Amino acid sequence: MIRLEHVDKQYADHHALNDINVEFPEHETTVILGPSGAGKSTLLRSLNLLERPQSGAYQINDETVDFSKELPTSQILRVRRKTGMVFQSWNLFPHLTILQNITEGPIHVLKQPKAQAEQVATELLKQVGLDGTQHRYPSQLSGGQQQRISICRALAMNPEYILFDEPTSALDPELEAQVLHVLLNLAQSKQSMVVVTHNMEFARRVATKIVFVEDGKIEFDGTPAEFFDHPTERIHDFLNGMQF
Amino acid sequence: MWNTIVNSTPEIFWAGIKFTIPLTLISFAIGFVIAVVTALVRISHPKGNPIFAGLWELLKLFLSFYVWLFRSTPLLVQLFIVFFGLPNIGIQFDAFTAGIITFSLNTGAYCSETVRGAISSIPDSQWEAAYSIGMTYRQVLFRIVFPQALRVALPPLSNSFIGLVKDTSLASSITILEMFMVSQQIAAKNYEPLLMYSIVAIVYAVFCTVLSIAQYYLEKYMSRYVQVTGE
Repeated sequence: MIRLEHVDKQYADHHALNDINVEFPEHETTVILGPSGAGKSTLLRSLNLLERPQSGAYQINDETVDFSKELPTSQILRVRRKTGMVFQSWNLFPHLTILQNITEGPIHVLKQPKAQAEQVATELLKQVGLDGTQHRYPSQLSGGQQQRISICRALAMNPEYILFDEPTSALDPELEAQVLHVLLNLAQSKQSMVVVTHNMEFARRVATKIVFVEDGKIEFDGTPAEFFDHPTERIHDFLNGMQF
Repeated sequence: MWNTIVNSTPEIFWAGIKFTIPLTLISFAIGFVIAVVTALVRISHPKGNPIFAGLWELLKLFLSFYVWLFRSTPLLVQLFIVFFGLPNIGIQFDAFTAGIITFSLNTGAYCSETVRGAISSIPDSQWEAAYSIGMTYRQVLFRIVFPQALRVALPPLSNSFIGLVKDTSLASSITILEMFMVSQQIAAKNYEPLLMYSIVAIVYAVFCTVLSIAQYYLEKYMSRYVQVTGE
Protein backbone atom coordinates (compact mmCIF):
# COMPACT_ATOMS: atom_id res chain seq x y z
CA MET A 1 0.00 0.00 0.00
CA ILE A 2 1.15 3.50 -0.81
CA ARG A 3 -0.30 6.15 1.48
CA LEU A 4 0.29 9.91 1.33
CA GLU A 5 -0.76 12.13 4.23
CA HIS A 6 -0.79 15.93 4.16
CA VAL A 7 1.83 16.05 1.42
CA ASP A 8 2.69 19.57 0.40
CA LYS A 9 5.04 21.06 -2.16
CA GLN A 10 5.33 24.72 -2.89
CA TYR A 11 7.41 26.56 -5.47
CA ALA A 12 8.02 30.27 -5.17
CA ASP A 13 4.87 31.23 -7.07
CA HIS A 14 3.00 27.98 -7.33
CA HIS A 15 1.41 25.45 -4.99
CA ALA A 16 2.26 22.20 -6.80
CA LEU A 17 0.87 19.79 -4.19
CA ASN A 18 -1.68 21.11 -1.72
CA ASP A 19 -2.38 18.85 1.27
CA ILE A 20 -2.47 15.59 -0.67
CA ASN A 21 -4.09 12.65 1.14
CA VAL A 22 -4.44 9.56 -0.98
CA GLU A 23 -3.86 5.83 -1.12
CA PHE A 24 -2.68 3.68 -4.01
CA PRO A 25 -3.72 0.09 -3.24
CA GLU A 26 -1.47 -2.87 -3.91
CA HIS A 27 -2.07 -5.14 -6.92
CA GLU A 28 -4.31 -2.52 -8.46
CA THR A 29 -4.01 0.07 -11.21
CA THR A 30 -4.60 3.61 -10.05
CA VAL A 31 -4.93 6.19 -12.83
CA ILE A 32 -4.19 9.83 -12.08
CA LEU A 33 -6.09 12.25 -14.32
CA GLY A 34 -6.25 16.00 -14.49
CA PRO A 35 -5.54 19.02 -16.69
CA SER A 36 -1.98 20.00 -17.64
CA GLY A 37 -0.02 21.61 -14.87
CA ALA A 38 -2.36 20.23 -12.21
CA GLY A 39 0.46 18.49 -10.33
CA LYS A 40 -0.05 14.92 -11.61
CA SER A 41 3.58 14.42 -12.56
CA THR A 42 4.84 16.10 -9.40
CA LEU A 43 2.67 13.75 -7.37
CA LEU A 44 3.92 10.70 -9.24
CA ARG A 45 7.57 11.78 -9.14
CA SER A 46 7.31 12.31 -5.39
CA LEU A 47 6.67 8.59 -5.05
CA ASN A 48 10.21 7.70 -6.12
CA LEU A 49 11.68 10.87 -4.63
CA LEU A 50 12.68 12.50 -7.92
CA GLU A 51 10.61 15.36 -6.48
CA ARG A 52 10.89 16.18 -2.82
CA PRO A 53 7.77 17.63 -1.18
CA GLN A 54 8.44 19.94 1.77
CA SER A 55 6.11 18.29 4.25
CA GLY A 56 3.83 15.33 4.79
CA ALA A 57 4.24 11.62 5.26
CA TYR A 58 4.68 8.97 2.62
CA GLN A 59 4.35 5.30 3.32
CA ILE A 60 5.21 2.59 0.82
CA ASN A 61 4.62 -0.86 2.30
CA ASP A 62 7.01 -1.15 5.25
CA GLU A 63 8.88 2.10 4.55
CA THR A 64 7.81 5.47 5.96
CA VAL A 65 9.24 8.74 4.66
CA ASP A 66 8.90 12.04 6.50
CA PHE A 67 9.17 14.76 3.86
CA SER A 68 9.79 17.49 6.41
CA LYS A 69 13.19 15.99 7.22
CA GLU A 70 16.39 15.66 5.23
CA LEU A 71 16.22 12.11 3.85
CA PRO A 72 19.21 9.83 4.34
CA THR A 73 20.66 8.53 1.07
CA SER A 74 20.11 4.95 2.18
CA GLN A 75 16.37 5.59 2.52
CA ILE A 76 16.16 7.31 -0.85
CA LEU A 77 17.82 4.28 -2.46
CA ARG A 78 15.47 1.88 -0.61
CA VAL A 79 12.38 3.75 -1.80
CA ARG A 80 13.66 3.87 -5.37
CA ARG A 81 14.28 0.13 -5.34
CA LYS A 82 10.63 -0.39 -4.39
CA THR A 83 9.39 1.78 -7.27
CA GLY A 84 10.04 1.43 -10.98
CA MET A 85 9.49 4.42 -13.23
CA VAL A 86 8.48 4.68 -16.87
CA PHE A 87 8.94 8.14 -18.36
CA GLN A 88 7.04 9.99 -21.05
CA SER A 89 10.06 10.08 -23.35
CA TRP A 90 11.27 6.65 -22.16
CA ASN A 91 14.82 7.87 -21.34
CA LEU A 92 16.65 4.69 -22.24
CA PHE A 93 20.43 4.80 -21.88
CA PRO A 94 21.53 5.49 -25.46
CA HIS A 95 25.07 4.16 -25.06
CA LEU A 96 23.93 0.74 -23.83
CA THR A 97 22.39 -2.07 -25.86
CA ILE A 98 18.80 -3.09 -25.19
CA LEU A 99 19.99 -6.04 -23.09
CA GLN A 100 22.38 -3.81 -21.12
CA ASN A 101 19.62 -1.24 -20.56
CA ILE A 102 17.50 -3.89 -18.89
CA THR A 103 20.28 -5.65 -16.95
CA GLU A 104 22.09 -2.50 -15.78
CA GLY A 105 19.97 -2.17 -12.62
CA PRO A 106 19.77 -5.88 -11.72
CA ILE A 107 23.54 -6.35 -12.13
CA HIS A 108 24.86 -3.13 -10.61
CA VAL A 109 22.13 -2.23 -8.10
CA LEU A 110 20.71 -5.61 -7.10
CA LYS A 111 24.08 -7.36 -7.64
CA GLN A 112 22.49 -10.24 -9.52
CA PRO A 113 24.80 -12.53 -11.49
CA LYS A 114 25.03 -11.42 -15.12
CA ALA A 115 23.70 -14.69 -16.55
CA GLN A 116 20.62 -14.56 -14.35
CA ALA A 117 19.92 -10.91 -15.16
CA GLU A 118 20.25 -11.60 -18.88
CA GLN A 119 17.92 -14.57 -18.67
CA VAL A 120 15.28 -12.46 -16.91
CA ALA A 121 15.76 -9.66 -19.46
CA THR A 122 15.26 -12.05 -22.36
CA GLU A 123 12.13 -13.39 -20.70
CA LEU A 124 10.78 -9.85 -20.29
CA LEU A 125 11.60 -8.99 -23.91
CA LYS A 126 9.57 -11.99 -25.01
CA GLN A 127 6.63 -10.79 -22.92
CA VAL A 128 6.59 -7.41 -24.67
CA GLY A 129 7.16 -8.95 -28.09
CA LEU A 130 10.68 -7.64 -28.60
CA ASP A 131 12.82 -10.76 -28.31
CA GLY A 132 15.66 -10.45 -30.82
CA THR A 133 16.42 -6.78 -30.15
CA GLN A 134 18.90 -7.63 -27.36
CA HIS A 135 22.01 -6.41 -29.11
CA ARG A 136 20.59 -3.34 -30.80
CA TYR A 137 20.84 0.20 -29.50
CA PRO A 138 17.81 2.29 -28.45
CA SER A 139 18.25 4.69 -31.37
CA GLN A 140 17.61 1.80 -33.74
CA LEU A 141 14.12 1.18 -32.37
CA SER A 142 10.81 3.04 -32.73
CA GLY A 143 9.39 5.12 -29.89
CA GLY A 144 6.81 2.47 -29.08
CA GLN A 145 9.48 -0.22 -28.96
CA GLN A 146 11.72 1.94 -26.78
CA GLN A 147 8.85 2.52 -24.38
CA ARG A 148 8.22 -1.21 -24.10
CA ILE A 149 11.95 -1.69 -23.42
CA SER A 150 11.78 0.94 -20.69
CA ILE A 151 8.90 -0.98 -19.11
CA CYS A 152 11.15 -4.06 -19.15
CA ARG A 153 13.91 -2.01 -17.52
CA ALA A 154 11.53 -1.09 -14.70
CA LEU A 155 10.15 -4.64 -14.37
CA ALA A 156 13.63 -6.19 -14.23
CA MET A 157 14.15 -4.51 -10.86
CA ASN A 158 11.13 -6.40 -9.57
CA PRO A 159 9.70 -3.26 -7.93
CA GLU A 160 6.73 -3.24 -5.58
CA TYR A 161 5.09 -0.48 -7.63
CA ILE A 162 5.58 0.74 -11.17
CA LEU A 163 4.96 4.42 -11.84
CA PHE A 164 4.04 5.52 -15.35
CA ASP A 165 4.41 9.20 -16.22
CA GLU A 166 2.30 9.77 -19.34
CA PRO A 167 3.83 6.69 -20.97
CA THR A 168 2.10 7.11 -24.32
CA SER A 169 1.86 10.90 -24.73
CA ALA A 170 4.82 11.02 -27.11
CA LEU A 171 3.60 8.17 -29.31
CA ASP A 172 1.31 8.05 -32.32
CA PRO A 173 -1.86 5.94 -31.94
CA GLU A 174 -0.56 2.69 -33.40
CA LEU A 175 2.54 2.68 -31.22
CA GLU A 176 0.44 3.84 -28.28
CA ALA A 177 -1.76 0.77 -28.65
CA GLN A 178 1.27 -1.55 -28.42
CA VAL A 179 2.37 0.08 -25.18
CA LEU A 180 -1.14 0.13 -23.69
CA HIS A 181 -1.42 -3.55 -24.47
CA VAL A 182 1.65 -4.19 -22.30
CA LEU A 183 0.15 -2.09 -19.51
CA LEU A 184 -3.11 -4.01 -19.76
CA ASN A 185 -1.25 -7.31 -19.37
CA LEU A 186 0.57 -5.96 -16.34
CA ALA A 187 -2.69 -4.80 -14.78
CA GLN A 188 -4.21 -8.23 -15.34
CA SER A 189 -1.20 -9.86 -13.69
CA LYS A 190 -1.98 -7.77 -10.56
CA GLN A 191 1.16 -5.65 -10.80
CA SER A 192 0.74 -2.60 -8.51
CA MET A 193 0.72 0.44 -10.80
CA VAL A 194 0.15 4.17 -10.68
CA VAL A 195 -0.41 5.67 -14.11
CA VAL A 196 -0.58 9.32 -15.11
CA THR A 197 -2.25 9.47 -18.50
CA HIS A 198 -4.50 11.48 -20.77
CA ASN A 199 -5.92 8.34 -22.35
CA MET A 200 -9.51 8.13 -21.09
CA GLU A 201 -10.14 4.83 -22.83
CA PHE A 202 -7.30 3.31 -20.82
CA ALA A 203 -8.54 4.89 -17.60
CA ARG A 204 -12.05 3.58 -18.14
CA ARG A 205 -11.05 0.05 -19.12
CA VAL A 206 -8.01 -0.69 -16.99
CA ALA A 207 -8.08 1.48 -13.87
CA THR A 208 -9.40 0.05 -10.62
CA LYS A 209 -9.23 3.49 -9.07
CA ILE A 210 -9.23 7.03 -10.44
CA VAL A 211 -7.65 10.04 -8.77
CA PHE A 212 -8.45 13.41 -10.32
CA VAL A 213 -5.99 16.20 -9.55
CA GLU A 214 -6.44 19.91 -10.15
CA ASP A 215 -4.44 22.89 -8.89
CA GLY A 216 -2.37 20.60 -6.69
CA LYS A 217 -5.44 19.24 -4.92
CA ILE A 218 -7.24 15.92 -5.16
CA GLU A 219 -10.70 16.67 -6.49
CA PHE A 220 -11.88 13.11 -6.91
CA ASP A 221 -10.84 9.76 -5.48
CA GLY A 222 -13.01 6.79 -6.42
CA THR A 223 -13.88 4.11 -8.93
CA PRO A 224 -13.90 4.54 -12.74
CA ALA A 225 -17.64 3.84 -12.73
CA GLU A 226 -18.34 6.78 -10.42
CA PHE A 227 -15.90 8.98 -12.31
CA PHE A 228 -17.22 8.38 -15.79
CA ASP A 229 -20.88 7.58 -15.13
CA HIS A 230 -21.68 10.05 -12.37
CA PRO A 231 -19.21 12.86 -12.88
CA THR A 232 -19.37 16.05 -10.87
CA GLU A 233 -19.81 19.23 -12.85
CA ARG A 234 -16.07 19.91 -12.92
CA ILE A 235 -15.23 16.38 -14.06
CA HIS A 236 -17.98 16.59 -16.64
CA ASP A 237 -16.35 19.75 -18.04
CA PHE A 238 -12.95 18.06 -18.01
CA LEU A 239 -14.24 15.03 -19.88
CA ASN A 240 -16.09 17.19 -22.38
CA GLY A 241 -12.95 19.24 -22.90
CA MET A 242 -11.23 16.08 -24.10
CA GLN A 243 -13.58 15.87 -27.05
CA PHE A 244 -13.80 18.19 -30.02
CA MET B 1 69.43 20.98 -51.14
CA TRP B 2 68.31 17.36 -51.45
CA ASN B 3 71.31 16.33 -49.35
CA THR B 4 70.39 18.84 -46.63
CA ILE B 5 66.86 17.50 -46.48
CA VAL B 6 67.98 13.87 -46.35
CA ASN B 7 70.55 14.61 -43.64
CA SER B 8 68.50 16.80 -41.31
CA THR B 9 65.00 15.28 -41.53
CA PRO B 10 65.87 12.11 -39.58
CA GLU B 11 67.54 14.21 -36.90
CA ILE B 12 64.45 16.40 -36.50
CA PHE B 13 62.16 13.37 -36.61
CA TRP B 14 64.27 11.65 -33.95
CA ALA B 15 63.96 14.70 -31.67
CA GLY B 16 60.19 14.35 -32.14
CA ILE B 17 60.26 10.69 -31.09
CA LYS B 18 62.52 11.43 -28.15
CA PHE B 19 60.94 14.60 -26.77
CA THR B 20 57.91 15.99 -28.58
CA ILE B 21 55.87 12.77 -28.47
CA PRO B 22 56.70 11.79 -24.86
CA LEU B 23 56.09 15.37 -23.68
CA THR B 24 52.72 15.39 -25.42
CA LEU B 25 51.58 11.94 -24.38
CA ILE B 26 52.64 12.14 -20.73
CA SER B 27 51.34 15.71 -20.31
CA PHE B 28 48.02 14.95 -21.93
CA ALA B 29 47.52 11.79 -19.89
CA ILE B 30 48.20 13.64 -16.63
CA GLY B 31 46.27 16.69 -17.86
CA PHE B 32 43.24 14.55 -18.68
CA VAL B 33 43.18 13.05 -15.19
CA ILE B 34 43.48 16.56 -13.71
CA ALA B 35 40.69 17.72 -16.02
CA VAL B 36 38.28 14.94 -15.04
CA VAL B 37 38.94 15.31 -11.31
CA THR B 38 38.62 19.10 -11.52
CA ALA B 39 35.39 18.91 -13.50
CA LEU B 40 33.84 16.32 -11.19
CA VAL B 41 34.68 18.29 -8.07
CA ARG B 42 33.38 21.50 -9.60
CA ILE B 43 30.00 20.03 -10.55
CA SER B 44 29.49 18.27 -7.20
CA HIS B 45 27.20 19.51 -4.42
CA PRO B 46 28.43 18.26 -1.07
CA LYS B 47 25.73 17.50 1.51
CA GLY B 48 25.73 16.50 5.14
CA ASN B 49 28.57 17.29 7.56
CA PRO B 50 28.97 21.10 7.48
CA ILE B 51 32.74 21.03 8.10
CA PHE B 52 33.28 18.65 5.23
CA ALA B 53 30.94 20.67 3.01
CA GLY B 54 32.84 23.85 3.90
CA LEU B 55 36.20 22.32 3.06
CA TRP B 56 34.75 20.97 -0.17
CA GLU B 57 33.54 24.45 -1.17
CA LEU B 58 37.05 25.70 -0.45
CA LEU B 59 38.48 23.02 -2.75
CA LYS B 60 36.01 24.07 -5.46
CA LEU B 61 37.12 27.66 -5.04
CA PHE B 62 40.76 26.64 -5.32
CA LEU B 63 40.08 24.66 -8.50
CA SER B 64 38.23 27.60 -10.06
CA PHE B 65 41.27 29.71 -9.25
CA TYR B 66 43.57 27.13 -10.84
CA VAL B 67 41.52 27.01 -14.06
CA TRP B 68 41.37 30.80 -14.17
CA LEU B 69 45.10 31.15 -13.58
CA PHE B 70 46.22 28.77 -16.30
CA ARG B 71 43.74 30.04 -18.84
CA SER B 72 44.58 33.68 -18.20
CA THR B 73 48.36 33.57 -18.52
CA PRO B 74 50.52 32.67 -21.55
CA LEU B 75 51.87 29.13 -21.67
CA LEU B 76 55.36 30.47 -22.43
CA VAL B 77 55.28 32.58 -19.27
CA GLN B 78 54.08 29.58 -17.25
CA LEU B 79 57.03 27.54 -18.57
CA PHE B 80 59.46 30.29 -17.62
CA ILE B 81 58.03 30.64 -14.12
CA VAL B 82 58.22 26.89 -13.45
CA PHE B 83 61.68 26.35 -14.94
CA PHE B 84 63.54 29.64 -14.40
CA GLY B 85 61.44 31.23 -11.65
CA LEU B 86 60.73 28.57 -9.05
CA PRO B 87 64.45 27.78 -8.36
CA ASN B 88 64.56 31.23 -6.72
CA ILE B 89 62.38 29.88 -3.93
CA GLY B 90 64.22 26.60 -3.81
CA ILE B 91 61.99 24.53 -6.08
CA GLN B 92 64.08 23.10 -8.88
CA PHE B 93 63.14 20.72 -11.69
CA ASP B 94 65.10 19.44 -14.65
CA ALA B 95 63.83 20.88 -17.93
CA PHE B 96 61.82 17.81 -18.96
CA THR B 97 60.01 17.59 -15.61
CA ALA B 98 59.29 21.32 -15.66
CA GLY B 99 57.84 20.86 -19.14
CA ILE B 100 55.63 17.95 -18.08
CA ILE B 101 54.34 19.85 -15.02
CA THR B 102 53.51 23.00 -16.95
CA PHE B 103 51.97 21.31 -19.97
CA SER B 104 49.89 18.98 -17.76
CA LEU B 105 48.52 21.80 -15.63
CA ASN B 106 47.85 23.97 -18.66
CA THR B 107 46.05 21.34 -20.68
CA GLY B 108 44.26 20.13 -17.53
CA ALA B 109 42.77 23.58 -17.01
CA TYR B 110 41.45 23.82 -20.56
CA CYS B 111 40.20 20.23 -20.72
CA SER B 112 38.43 20.50 -17.34
CA GLU B 113 36.12 23.07 -18.91
CA THR B 114 35.55 20.74 -21.85
CA VAL B 115 34.71 17.82 -19.55
CA ARG B 116 32.51 19.99 -17.32
CA GLY B 117 30.57 21.24 -20.33
CA ALA B 118 30.20 17.74 -21.73
CA ILE B 119 28.84 16.39 -18.45
CA SER B 120 26.32 19.24 -18.21
CA SER B 121 25.24 18.56 -21.78
CA ILE B 122 23.83 15.16 -20.82
CA PRO B 123 20.11 15.76 -20.16
CA ASP B 124 18.73 15.54 -16.62
CA SER B 125 16.39 12.83 -17.87
CA GLN B 126 19.38 10.46 -18.02
CA TRP B 127 20.17 11.15 -14.37
CA GLU B 128 16.51 10.62 -13.46
CA ALA B 129 16.22 7.37 -15.38
CA ALA B 130 19.35 6.04 -13.70
CA TYR B 131 18.22 7.19 -10.25
CA SER B 132 14.86 5.54 -10.87
CA ILE B 133 16.53 2.12 -11.07
CA GLY B 134 18.11 2.77 -7.70
CA MET B 135 21.61 3.80 -8.73
CA THR B 136 23.82 5.90 -6.46
CA TYR B 137 25.23 9.28 -7.55
CA ARG B 138 28.56 7.65 -8.25
CA GLN B 139 27.03 4.87 -10.34
CA VAL B 140 24.95 7.32 -12.37
CA LEU B 141 27.98 9.50 -12.96
CA PHE B 142 30.44 6.80 -13.98
CA ARG B 143 28.16 4.25 -15.65
CA ILE B 144 25.57 6.44 -17.37
CA VAL B 145 26.61 10.08 -17.68
CA PHE B 146 30.37 9.94 -18.08
CA PRO B 147 30.47 7.50 -21.02
CA GLN B 148 27.99 9.68 -22.91
CA ALA B 149 29.82 12.87 -21.96
CA LEU B 150 33.09 11.46 -23.25
CA ARG B 151 31.59 11.17 -26.72
CA VAL B 152 30.52 14.81 -26.60
CA ALA B 153 33.93 15.85 -25.28
CA LEU B 154 35.98 13.94 -27.84
CA PRO B 155 36.19 16.60 -30.60
CA PRO B 156 37.19 19.46 -28.26
CA LEU B 157 39.56 17.15 -26.35
CA SER B 158 41.19 16.20 -29.64
CA ASN B 159 41.57 19.90 -30.36
CA SER B 160 43.43 20.34 -27.08
CA PHE B 161 45.55 17.27 -27.77
CA ILE B 162 46.59 18.42 -31.24
CA GLY B 163 47.15 21.91 -29.84
CA LEU B 164 49.44 20.43 -27.23
CA VAL B 165 51.59 18.68 -29.86
CA LYS B 166 52.35 22.07 -31.37
CA ASP B 167 52.63 23.88 -28.03
CA THR B 168 55.47 21.58 -27.01
CA SER B 169 57.60 23.63 -29.45
CA LEU B 170 57.64 26.22 -26.64
CA ALA B 171 59.66 23.73 -24.60
CA SER B 172 62.62 24.75 -26.77
CA SER B 173 62.74 27.93 -24.72
CA ILE B 174 63.42 26.01 -21.52
CA THR B 175 66.34 24.08 -23.05
CA ILE B 176 64.47 20.93 -24.05
CA LEU B 177 65.95 19.49 -27.24
CA GLU B 178 62.64 18.88 -28.96
CA MET B 179 62.03 19.12 -32.71
CA PHE B 180 61.85 22.87 -33.04
CA MET B 181 65.02 23.38 -30.98
CA VAL B 182 66.89 20.86 -33.15
CA SER B 183 65.71 22.52 -36.35
CA GLN B 184 66.91 25.88 -35.00
CA GLN B 185 70.31 24.41 -34.23
CA ILE B 186 70.66 22.89 -37.69
CA ALA B 187 69.54 26.14 -39.33
CA ALA B 188 72.19 28.03 -37.37
CA LYS B 189 74.85 25.74 -38.83
CA ASN B 190 73.75 25.39 -42.46
CA TYR B 191 72.14 28.83 -42.97
CA GLU B 192 68.99 27.23 -44.42
CA PRO B 193 66.27 28.59 -42.05
CA LEU B 194 63.49 28.45 -44.65
CA LEU B 195 64.22 24.83 -45.43
CA MET B 196 64.74 23.75 -41.80
CA TYR B 197 61.62 25.42 -40.45
CA SER B 198 59.60 24.08 -43.38
CA ILE B 199 60.82 20.58 -42.61
CA VAL B 200 59.93 20.87 -38.94
CA ALA B 201 56.52 22.30 -39.88
CA ILE B 202 55.88 19.28 -42.09
CA VAL B 203 56.92 16.85 -39.34
CA TYR B 204 54.45 18.57 -36.91
CA ALA B 205 51.79 18.31 -39.60
CA VAL B 206 52.51 14.60 -40.04
CA PHE B 207 52.16 13.96 -36.29
CA CYS B 208 48.93 15.95 -36.12
CA THR B 209 47.50 14.23 -39.19
CA VAL B 210 48.09 10.83 -37.63
CA LEU B 211 46.25 12.07 -34.53
CA SER B 212 43.37 13.43 -36.59
CA ILE B 213 42.97 10.06 -38.26
CA ALA B 214 43.00 8.36 -34.88
CA GLN B 215 40.36 10.85 -33.71
CA TYR B 216 38.18 9.98 -36.68
CA TYR B 217 38.17 6.28 -35.81
CA LEU B 218 37.75 6.90 -32.09
CA GLU B 219 34.77 9.17 -32.79
CA LYS B 220 33.28 6.56 -35.06
CA TYR B 221 33.66 3.93 -32.35
CA MET B 222 32.23 6.13 -29.62
CA SER B 223 29.26 7.11 -31.76
CA ARG B 224 28.37 3.50 -32.59
CA TYR B 225 25.09 3.85 -30.69
CA VAL B 226 24.01 7.02 -32.46
CA GLN B 227 21.76 6.49 -35.44
CA VAL B 228 22.91 8.42 -38.51
CA THR B 229 19.92 10.02 -40.20
CA GLY B 230 19.19 8.64 -43.63
CA GLU B 231 20.76 5.28 -42.89
